[in-house]
This record gives sequence, C-alpha cells and structure tokens, in this order.
Amino acid sequence: MIANLPFIAIALLIGIAFAIILLKKNMIKMVMGLGILESAVNLFLITIGYREDGIAPIFTNAPEGVNMVLPTVQALTLTNIVIGVAGTALMISMIMVIYKKYGTINSDKMRRLKE
Amino acid sequence: MSLILDNLPALLIAVPLLGAFLIPIIGRFLPKIRDAWIILVSFLSSMAAVLTAFTVYTKGTLVYVFGAAAGSGAAPIDSGGIPFRIIFTIDGFGAFMLLSAAIVSFAVVLYLVASQKERSGKSEFYALYLLLTAGIFGMVSTGDLFNFFVFLEINTLSGAALVSYHRKGGIAVEGALKYLIVNTVGGLMVLFSVGLLYAQYNSLNMAYIASQMTLTTLNIVALVLFITALAMKAGAVPFHFATPDAYSVAPSGITALMVVASQAGLYGLFRILFTVYGGVINTVTVGWVIIVIGILSMVIGVTMALPQKDIKRLLAYHAVSQTGYMLLGVGVAFAVLGDPAATAAFGQTAMEGGLFHIINHALYKGLLFLAVGAVIYRTGVWSLNKLGGLGHNMKWTMVFFLIGALAIAGIPPFNGFASKLMIYESVFAFNPALSIIAMVVSILTLASFMKVFHSVFMGPKLPEFENVKEVPKLMIAGMVILTIFVIGFGLMPDLVVDSIVTPAANALLNQGSYITAVLGGFL
Amino acid sequence: MTSGLIVRTAGRLIVPLIFIFGFYLVAHGHLTPGGGFQGGAVIATGVALILICYYYKDSIEKFSPAKNFKLIEASGLLLYICTALSALVLGSSFLFNWLNASGGLFGHAVTYGINAGDLFTAGVIPVLNFAIGIEVFGALSVVLLYMFAGLRETTRAEDDAPAPVLLKKGKKGDRK
Repeated sequence: MIANLPFIAIALLIGIAFAIILLKKNMIKMVMGLGILESAVNLFLITIGYREDGIAPIFTNAPEGVNMVLPTVQALTLTNIVIGVAGTALMISMIMVIYKKYGTINSDKMRRLKE
Repeated sequence: MSLILDNLPALLIAVPLLGAFLIPIIGRFLPKIRDAWIILVSFLSSMAAVLTAFTVYTKGTLVYVFGAAAGSGAAPIDSGGIPFRIIFTIDGFGAFMLLSAAIVSFAVVLYLVASQKERSGKSEFYALYLLLTAGIFGMVSTGDLFNFFVFLEINTLSGAALVSYHRKGGIAVEGALKYLIVNTVGGLMVLFSVGLLYAQYNSLNMAYIASQMTLTTLNIVALVLFITALAMKAGAVPFHFATPDAYSVAPSGITALMVVASQAGLYGLFRILFTVYGGVINTVTVGWVIIVIGILSMVIGVTMALPQKDIKRLLAYHAVSQTGYMLLGVGVAFAVLGDPAATAAFGQTAMEGGLFHIINHALYKGLLFLAVGAVIYRTGVWSLNKLGGLGHNMKWTMVFFLIGALAIAGIPPFNGFASKLMIYESVFAFNPALSIIAMVVSILTLASFMKVFHSVFMGPKLPEFENVKEVPKLMIAGMVILTIFVIGFGLMPDLVVDSIVTPAANALLNQGSYITAVLGGFL
Repeated sequence: MTSGLIVRTAGRLIVPLIFIFGFYLVAHGHLTPGGGFQGGAVIATGVALILICYYYKDSIEKFSPAKNFKLIEASGLLLYICTALSALVLGSSFLFNWLNASGGLFGHAVTYGINAGDLFTAGVIPVLNFAIGIEVFGALSVVLLYMFAGLRETTRAEDDAPAPVLLKKGKKGDRK
C-alpha cells in the first residue's frame, strides 16, 4: 500500500488538473491547471525510476554492490520541466497580449473567432 | 564530400538549427543579407532531406547513431544487449514524409520572404520558421520514443509562436493560445505513454520495444493515449478543436507549413500502430476505430466548411476533411493486416492510396493557402461577402487557385484524382458503404470550392478593388514550385507510386524489416 | 517601482553572490546535481532581483537593453551547435564526446571508486553545460524584461509623494 502511494497521488493530481482545465473560466487558472498536470507527469516519471534501497546515481560516489535509482528518467523529467517553462512563458505572454487587446481574460468573453 | 554523405541524418537537423541560431546575429549587424540567408539555409536543408530520401531508396533503411564513435551500433558493448543510444532510423515511410516536408518548406520560404517584407520582428520569425522545419525533419526521422516527444514539443511551441505573429487586433493570439493549450495537453499524454512503455521494457528504442511487445493492460492504456494525443495533433474529429482557429488566423505561408506539421503527427500515429504495436493487437478492432475517426473527420469537416464566410476558416475545415481520407485508407489497410489474401488484393492499394494522399494534400493544400494568402495580401479582406471580381486583376493567382481547387476535388489530371481513386477502389472492396460516403464528401468538396472560386474571382469588377495588382514575383515563384509538383504527380501517378509510395507502404506493412535494421546486425 | 532602502542595499550585496552560485552550478554540472538549465535559471534570478529593486527605465534600459541579452542567447546557442558539429569534422558522428580522456581542455580520465570528482573530466559535457547556461540566462532575462515592460510602473514622483491617509482610526485612536 505504501509503495502505491505515489501512484494514487498522481491519479489525484491528474483528476484535479483536468477538472481545472475544463471547468475554470479564468485563463490564468487554466494555465495553473496545466502546470499541475505537468507536475503530475513529472512525478510519474520519477516514481518509475525508484528502486528499493537505491542510492543517488552519482558515478564518483558509488560504493560496491549497491543499487542505484534509474538516472534516465531523471533526464526525461528535466527535459519536460524545461519544455514546461518555455510553454508556460509563451502562454502567459499570449494572455498578456489578449488582456491588452480585449480587456478581459474570461474565456467565455474571448469569442471573436466565431463558428 | 563523403563526410556529408555519411552524416546526412545529422545534417538534417544541424543545418536548419545552425541557420536559425545565426539569424539574430545577422539581423542585428547585417540586416540586408537576412532574406538571402534564409533562402539559402532553407534550400540547403531541403537538399539534405532530398539527398537522404534518395540514399534510403537506393541503399535501404538508414540507421544513424548519435554520439558514438563512427561505425558502432545502438547497443554499446557493456549494456547487456539493450540499445540505449539515441538513433535516427529513416526507412521508406520516413523518406516519403521528408520529401513532402522539403518541397513545401522551400516553396513557403520564397512566399514568406515577399509577403513579410514590411513587418517587424523578422529575425525571430525566420528563426522560429527554421526551428519548425528542423522539428518536422527530426520528428519523421527519429527511432527513439522520447526523441519523438521532444521534437513534437518543438513543433508545438514554434508553431504556436508563429501562428500568433500578426498581433494587431488580438485575434491571432486567441487562436494561437487555444492551439498551444490543446497541443500541450496532447504532448503530456504522449509523455505519459512513453513513461508507461519505459517502465515495462527498460528502453526507449522503438525497435527494441516492438520486438518485446506483449498485450498487457498498461500497453492498451498507452495505445489509447497515443491515438488520442496524435489525433489531436493531426486535427482529426473528435479532437479537432484547435485546428480551424489556428489555421484561419495564422499568416498564410505558416498555415501551409502547419499542414505538414499536422501530417507529421499522422506519421507518428502510423509508426506507433504499425511498427511498435504491429504484431500484437487485434487489428480489426483498432482498424475500425481508425476508420470511424476517418469517416467522422471527412463528413464533419466538409459539412462545417460549406456555410463558412471566412476563406481561410473554410480551407481549414477542408483540411480536417482531407485528413479523414488518409485515416480511412490506412485504417482499411490496418484492419486487413492479419489476412494476407485480403492485404494482397486491396489492403496494399488502400495503404498506398492513404499515403499518397498525404503528400498530395500537403502540395495542393499548400498551394490553396498560398493563393488565398495572395488575395488577402493585396486586398486586406477575408470575408467572402465582400470579395468579388478579382479575376480581372490577379490572373496568375486565379489560375493557381483553380488548379488547387480542381486537385482537392479529385478531378483528373491533377494529383488528387490518383490518390482518391486508389482509396475508392480499395475501400469499396472492403465495405461499399464507406466508399460511397467518401464519394459524396468529394462531391460536396467540389461544390464548396466552386462557390468560393465563383465568389472571389468571377463576376464584375468591384469599384473598391480597382487598384489591386498582381502579387510580387517571389510569391508567384513559391506557388509555381507547388503547381509543378501538383501537375507532375497528376500526370504520372504510376511512376510516383512505384518509386515513392510503394517503399513507404512496404516499410509500414513489414514490421520485421524495421526491427532487423536497427537491432539485427548489432546485438 | 522602487522598493525601500533596505531592499535596495541588500539587493546590491546579494546579486553578485547569486551570479557566482549560478556559475558554480553550471560549471560542476557533470559532478553534482545541476548543469546547464538549472545554473542558467539561477543566474536569471539575479536579473529578476535587479528588476525588483530598481526602476525599470533607470536600471535595465540604461544598463543593458533587451537586445544585448538576445545576443548573449544567440552566442550560447552558437557555441552549442558548433561544438556538436566539430565532432563531425573530426571524423565521428554528431555530438561525439571527442574531448573525453584526451589530453585537451577537459580531458582527464575518470578515476573509479569513491572520490571527490575532478572538475576537468568528461570532455565535451562541461562545454555544452556552459553553452546551455549562457543561453538559458539570456533567454530567461529577455522573458523577464519583456514581461516587466508590459506593466505600468509608478514614477519616482509618485513614489516620493507623501502617503495619503489610508488608515481608518476607530473611536479610541487605534487602527480599525
């Protein structure tokens, strides 16, 4: 049960994030929901790499005969964090321009692109 | 010279990236040569892509290992047989997509240099354009799942920034924001699936996972997430929320390249379905899912396109509809994958029709967007109610638009006819009702384009468009390149199918050859 | 906007320390946790601290406008792609680690067993770390500057004016 705790947390975070993205009208809150979704996926990636009684995967610090946790998933998570930073910066810049031109950041009122 | 030829897959992404990183410096200190520089870099990267495609057609699947000493394989000696180096695997299907991306990206650069001349912020625009080109080239060449995700995100970010470029009035930014949010969620779903696959098989290499794949619950979850996310990227119904908005507000040349980027998403979908999951899943069920998505895209795309007043939004809905044709053809081929007799009878033709439609769609949809962009560039109006009688002033644009409209409706001798005929015949042998729906959609497409052509170009000359001249020569040059290929592919479809499309179809249908190309000689 | 005297003085003292710490993270990226992106982001926090403490127009516009940071970003990226392509020229594949265990710039060999870690090992990797650190510093600074430019700043006259009476006083003379 204790070993499954990170996965339960990930499922909760993904549920909360999708609820925020689909239900909230304020664009800044939608960007925050996207940030929570990203954190959930990063947590999932790091949890995959865990090994029982493992030590940090540093080459010059490794005693004999001990398992390390997986380092590859840490590289995947770092890359995802960088992509997330760039995406969030771009989204917030776009919201700033929309606020200047439309005067609102409520997604119900940003409907100039009609069907 | 042999240095270049040996390292062609690395040059595919290195040349556009080097060009993109030099553009801010050139734009700051030597702004006069910026236009010439970008045309040169785009030409060199398209040449690299075409050379790579030819090498694949003559020598077989290319496998290029990054970061290893020359000549070593994907699995280092002390890894226990698990390949963990990042590789580029370019087989027939990858070469096919590289060709379409190379042709469209170069033609669009010629168009953009002329149409963006008076705008500001050109350095960043061209740098983002070259980044998008590098992202498309990388996405269709890679043989590693996480590398695929990284290139997918590069496409998303540079595509969204390019769509939002004309900021005045704020509409473009609204469309780009929607596009960015939808595609970021899709990218995170892809990453989740990649994590699921890595946790089970301890490797990110597509060929290794394909050789070890079994059917567990986690793999089915990963497959569903992949199909959803890549259909979101390709703009198929019911995930098409972002495509019409983003295509209608972007600068016209950029939309032509975004069509190629969406089709790179289709590349990812077919690669996952056929190569990674190929021998294991129940192909009839998943094939029918793809066919249903295709039929929905075709029908909903064209019915939402008929009442549109905004030209570019209408073209964007037609792009959704044509994506349905590709999904229908390849879905039929996937559904009969387990049945060798049916595959030889009509499955191979369906696959070839669907794949041929990919490159045809990139060419004629690019031509249509460039022609419509030329009209908007000269008149500043994009509503069909206000346009009219432009055929007197813009003769060349009218001819190009007419060629594009006949090609999309499937009239011989243009290229749309060849691929649509292959799809109709093979789908009819599979299930007649689907083929009839496809033909009705084609008739509705023809009706829609006749309406657009008549209301934009025919009719008497309107007084407010008295001084509208023809567009600059560079824009016409870009459209001429695409027209040459549209007419050429239409006049000689046999030659094109035999040399380009059949290797692609064989590469997809034949999962074993992909695995042995990567793992075979090196384990 | 300007913050009070304490924040300005402390900012002046802390910003060089932030830069040094960020540079340390970038340089030791192949031995300890850290590396290009992390160190570059920490260096960009120094620029954020300058933006918070001083008036935007006075400090950044005269000290270093945004176009200089764009040049820094472009030079970092060029260093990266030239290092990657130089491996092609030397006869191996793209991004090959040709400085590893040679006599050159970062070319000591890695000793096995537990040790403190030698800074001059691992070949091309520290060079790429520096390139990415410079690039991330430039890029995040540009993002911060452009976002700050979109805000409406108070001028020095508004800040130096005496504060209006904002406190409501209750019956006994203390704040309500």
